[in-house]
Amino acid sequence: MTEETARRALVPVAAERVRPRGRPLRSRAAPYALVAPFFLLFAAFGLFPLAATAWLSFFRVDLTAPEARQWAGAHNYARLLGDEFFWNALSNTVLIGLLATVPQLLLALGVAHLLAARLRGRLFFRVAALAPYATSVAAATLVFALFYGRDQGMVNWALGVVGLSPVDWQNGPWASKFAVASIVLWRWTGYNALIYLAAMGTVPPELYEAAALDGAGRWRRFWHVTLPGLRPALAFTGAVSAIGAVQLFGEPLLFSSGAGASGGADHQYQTLGLYLYEQGWVNLHLGRAAALAWAMLLLLVAGFGLVRLVRGGRGRGAR
Amino acid sequence: MSAADGRERAGWGTYLLLGAFTVVSVFPLLWTAVAASRTSGRLAQSPPPFRFGRNLGRNLSVAWTEGGMGEALANTALVAGSVALGTVVLSTLAGFAFARLRFRFRGALLLLVGATLLVPPQLGVVPLYLVIARLGWTDQLQAVVLPSLVSAFGVLYLRQHLVEALPPELLEAARMDGAGTARVLWHLVLPAARPAMAVLGTLSFVAAWNDFFWPVLALTQTGNPTVQVALTGLGRGYVPDTSVVMAGALLGTLPLLVVLAVFGRQIVGGVMRGAVKG
Repeated sequence: MTEETARRALVPVAAERVRPRGRPLRSRAAPYALVAPFFLLFAAFGLFPLAATAWLSFFRVDLTAPEARQWAGAHNYARLLGDEFFWNALSNTVLIGLLATVPQLLLALGVAHLLAARLRGRLFFRVAALAPYATSVAAATLVFALFYGRDQGMVNWALGVVGLSPVDWQNGPWASKFAVASIVLWRWTGYNALIYLAAMGTVPPELYEAAALDGAGRWRRFWHVTLPGLRPALAFTGAVSAIGAVQLFGEPLLFSSGAGASGGADHQYQTLGLYLYEQGWVNLHLGRAAALAWAMLLLLVAGFGLVRLVRGGRGRGAR
Repeated sequence: MSAADGRERAGWGTYLLLGAFTVVSVFPLLWTAVAASRTSGRLAQSPPPFRFGRNLGRNLSVAWTEGGMGEALANTALVAGSVALGTVVLSTLAGFAFARLRFRFRGALLLLVGATLLVPPQLGVVPLYLVIARLGWTDQLQAVVLPSLVSAFGVLYLRQHLVEALPPELLEAARMDGAGTARVLWHLVLPAARPAMAVLGTLSFVAAWNDFFWPVLALTQTGNPTVQVALTGLGRGYVPDTSVVMAGALLGTLPLLVVLAVFGRQIVGGVMRGAVKG
């Protein structure tokens, strides 16, 4: 902490002794008073629910009578391991997450590269790129559900115009995952593009000049100068997207008005978030829902651990 | 800027691609308005409508009353406003303490806040729901406001900003003059933190407006819905009329789009600055 050392050096020792006691900033209580409001809420609504989730996952808890919970040991977890719907939801979550995140971040890189050029009306393009971000999950999903309608939807109509046969976006196992992922893609590409654009602005211009002097073309400058400068932003957006993907809930819930929490007739797009909701708030098994929540955390930790491992354990985290 | 810094003047290809991206970004919103101006019968036919119909007023009014969007908009404005204000205040106070004050457990507490950045809040919903139910807060707005005030990102962002923007010499000088904590906060911290507070406030407002999972659990369509809860009800057949559902989606989105159009420059700047520092 260099600023800390610098600050200490600035405080004359004599002045420290002479200063009268009881000045609020000097008082020992002031820092605690400043952090207390945050940490009180943090403890109540952040730490406690997390710890209690772990605790509840070892009980049989009925939503209608949570007081009458019964110790169940590892039963909820054992049940999950033998539950085909859990494995289905897990694989759906990973697949939809990949379908949504990988193209999204690549596309965002491309859009950021376009936005980095000298443009007329660049504010307009940037604001327009944020319009999907300002649109809520619910509003976006309701419109996309109409786009993907089998008989009257715009997507199938457009496919028909170019001579392709219609796709059953609601019921196809891959088509429905793709459709749900496309909602996430639409909402977050512009937002991520602006993050990359901001990171591109932090790359020192001298590097580009040096690369240009070395005869590097546009593409090589992007690959060797821009991309390394984007590494922290890539890690940040990757982590945020992964967290979002593991929690995916609203899109599959509202994608089809009749399906509700089942995620399609064959659960073809039921995610872990949706399955948690179904177990806890439709089937009223809160203990199982808590175990699912921990499975989701484990999935995230495993994912981040894997990334770390691949990057040789020396990569900087998102934060 | 010279061409050598990687910022070429945009050619027609760039405009073409960006134009296409902009169309894709905006089209679903435009079409929401088109669909909201039609009838559900027309929306069930192919090809889909591309021009505005005459039913917009009727659909908006049904969505507003029967669909509960009027009440939902008022609730959401209250929730998002409180969340933005509260998050900014809590984050500024704690961020300042972490940035410029020495106290025991500072490092440990900061580490704790940082560690929770990667933990999705969804993980805590089961006990959170039980607590809210025990307090009798289901269908009450504080049930969605209070948990949203806890922003690890906000604290870390404000801390980072103040480390850069609030010179320690300034604080020392104020202390020499005998300024108390309240005066230091008001006259030094607040002006220095203002840009970061604006960014955090904006991002928190949008996030709270669009928050989905927890409000859908804690609030109900018939109780005290936010926009997202009301739209979920509409989407699940609360008012079985597609054009009314689209009118609801339009009503729920329009306020944020207006905010985006008016404060576009600030929001773009906020997203970009928040990311670089966050």
